[in-house]
Amino acid sequence: MLFQGSADVEANEHFELIQRAGGTLNGSTWLERTNYYETLPANQLELALWLEANRMGKLLPAMTQQKLDTQRDVVMNERRWTMDNQPYGSWMEKLPALCFPPEHPFHHSLIGSMEDLAAASLEDVAQFFATFYSPDNAVLSIAGDFDRREALELVQKHFGPIPAANRKPPLPDMALPPVFGQWKREVVPDDVMLPRLFLAFRSPVFGSDGYYAASVCGAVLGLRNASRLRRRLVRERQIAAEAGAFTYDLAKGADLLVADVTARPGVAAEQLEQETAYEIDLVVRDGIEAAEVERAVALIQTMFVTAMQSAAERADRLSMYATYFGDPHRVNDEVDRYRAVTLDQVNAFVRERLGESNRASLLYVPRDQAPGELVGAGAAAEAE
Amino acid sequence: MTTAAERRAARPQPGQRRDYHFPAFERRRLENGLELIVSPVHKLPLATVAAVFDAGAVCDPVGREGTAQLVAKLLLEGTEQNDGAELTERFERLGASVDAHADWDAAGVTMTVLAEHLPEAFSLLGEVILTPAFRQREFERLKAERLAELLQLRAEPRGLADEMFGRFLYTAESRFARFEGGDEQTVQRIERDHLLSFYESRYVPGCTTIIVVGDVTPDGAEAIVRKCLGGWHGGAAKRVVADDHPARLERAVHLVAKADAPQSELRIGHVGIPRNHPDFFPVNVMNAVLGGLFNSRINLNLREAHGYTYGAFSAFDWRREAGPFLVHTAVRSDVTDAAAREIIGEIDRMRAEAISAEELSLATSYLDGVFPIRFESTAAIAAALSVLSLFGLPEDYYDTYRARVTAVSADQVLEAAQRYLHPESLQMVAVCDPTAVRGPLDAMHFGPLNVYDVTGQRIA
Repeated sequence: MLFQGSADVEANEHFELIQRAGGTLNGSTWLERTNYYETLPANQLELALWLEANRMGKLLPAMTQQKLDTQRDVVMNERRWTMDNQPYGSWMEKLPALCFPPEHPFHHSLIGSMEDLAAASLEDVAQFFATFYSPDNAVLSIAGDFDRREALELVQKHFGPIPAANRKPPLPDMALPPVFGQWKREVVPDDVMLPRLFLAFRSPVFGSDGYYAASVCGAVLGLRNASRLRRRLVRERQIAAEAGAFTYDLAKGADLLVADVTARPGVAAEQLEQETAYEIDLVVRDGIEAAEVERAVALIQTMFVTAMQSAAERADRLSMYATYFGDPHRVNDEVDRYRAVTLDQVNAFVRERLGESNRASLLYVPRDQAPGELVGAGAAAEAE
Repeated sequence: MTTAAERRAARPQPGQRRDYHFPAFERRRLENGLELIVSPVHKLPLATVAAVFDAGAVCDPVGREGTAQLVAKLLLEGTEQNDGAELTERFERLGASVDAHADWDAAGVTMTVLAEHLPEAFSLLGEVILTPAFRQREFERLKAERLAELLQLRAEPRGLADEMFGRFLYTAESRFARFEGGDEQTVQRIERDHLLSFYESRYVPGCTTIIVVGDVTPDGAEAIVRKCLGGWHGGAAKRVVADDHPARLERAVHLVAKADAPQSELRIGHVGIPRNHPDFFPVNVMNAVLGGLFNSRINLNLREAHGYTYGAFSAFDWRREAGPFLVHTAVRSDVTDAAAREIIGEIDRMRAEAISAEELSLATSYLDGVFPIRFESTAAIAAALSVLSLFGLPEDYYDTYRARVTAVSADQVLEAAQRYLHPESLQMVAVCDPTAVRGPLDAMHFGPLNVYDVTGQRIA
């Protein structure tokens, strides 16, 4: 709805104005923030600020039921496209649901179920907007070729008059114990050709001292070709066709480190899970080696410097650190934080967090290969 | 109430436009025929290297399609000096991200690394180019991984629609009618010896370009390249010209059945034009108006006016020979026919009347203004220089790009639409649930309709 016009901008005109200026734009919603962004030629900075301010200050007069109905259809199609009509697409919903308790804010679907999307009224959308889209709950970041003083004056001019809403409710208690306490399991029969396992571990929140060791551990396990899981499961043992690992980077409650492994044809789902768990057990038993940490940190450093070439990426990181931690300057320390991670810290993380009592496996099984008892196991795990 | 014109006048006006130039680059040729392009960009301590070989999928031997991609991928799976595990380990301990691939026209290895590690990383890259080992074990593993990828593709509607579109578009003799990475039949037939002879004939200095972009100087980069590749011998390979004839000149519908699919992955188009075409710029602007941009006619119609889709776009797939022109989208099953009708209507409208001055300037000012944003990274600049080299574009191509885009007129756009859009030859491909989609599509009388299974076997 944010792209459907505001008091001084007609429907679809937001896109048109940015496009005419030679800019790109989009928005994204994640569990802990929603951001709207545009990249334009430097001489068009004021246009972007004016557009963002206009919709922050004057969106509601332009909202109509018809616009909502069309955008609801668009989002439903987004859901079909990214999840419902994609093999394994439901993992984005099922993994957080498995890993977070039902009352936790990260438990529910990010894009929303078809039922919830259908039920959202104009009043719901307006309420949400009035509560959260106000200057006292927003971070504005600008990166690129501009004069600092001029830019600040423009920001004052366009955003200064928008009143604070001061309506944001306090967040619920999001704290969670450091480990799951048991091995959670769910088996999903799906229209897929090969079994695929998401094996998640609860890990320290994004930005915390423990996070960097967890992130390095994730890179040791699954970043690029010489990573542990690729080397062992794909190259040497040929159990998997693909293997990787990533962190969700959640800054509140608990983060997740996830290994994502797809079977080679002929490898059954149970075997995929057992063999992946076996490799993780070896890591827990024998630890990680110094060379593995060096490789991971070297790759992370190159990736970070590579990302910083883009103005959009710089603005995004500034905004992310400011939104989560109130400290945009963290962007300057990020590489140092990774370089400071020691082998002992990574191995301490491994011992504390990769054990059997802190695992959650979401296992996709081709529908025609799913034995009856496996299908039932998912229901049993959920009932616990 | 203020009028629309008054509201427009109250909007912020742009400041003075700043200069931008595509990064300067130098082209050099070593004695062995190897071409070197260096673009010093000192913004950050990074370097990207792109090695481009005239060894794309169009060079695949008939019946063994998939060879080009396997060769490219196996380059990184071990050399005479280092086996696959050691090689990746050595690259990655330098923080180098290295990828190899083959598309239709070229094969390439791309590497980004901190500039301080460039000499050491490049010497590994030199090994990769000069002495790949093609070990039997790694060859068999990659072949099996490609077969796994194909198995996955059969259940993935988006990728399947893209791949099947080519198969229905081009004559069966055309390389473009087979998957870029080969299919189950052709990949099974490939043996290690086939890779060796492909490598020996296509990976030669006379038709290879090394591009280095980043925190380097031309002389410094040349010294690094010369040290590793100066002694490389071999001539040049003959360019392979792909057959780009269409399978048919009349419209037809090709449904690929996926039971219970909630959406139809729709592709509508025909054989387009080659990249080196005198009307490239008018065609590019025409496509931007039709379906190249978010605010293009097709997306505004299907997404914003009708809510049929999350997005709908058109594109010319640029290759040395004529790649496809296509409209691609995913729409709710029950509006597949309605969406197809809107798409065809937009193609017809594009050819029926000249676009307004406002639509023209929206497209050209976008392409003009966004130009600098396209080249923020060393990898993006290297990719642009690869295009320059691969298609033999003029040296000043990027310097004159913006002027040539903004010079396109509404009449030229109309002429481009009339010449290069062929509504009478459109092929419609949908990966969809035929029980929901077939009846309404039959009723459109678009053309003869056949239904296939996910492997391409005709079932109805």
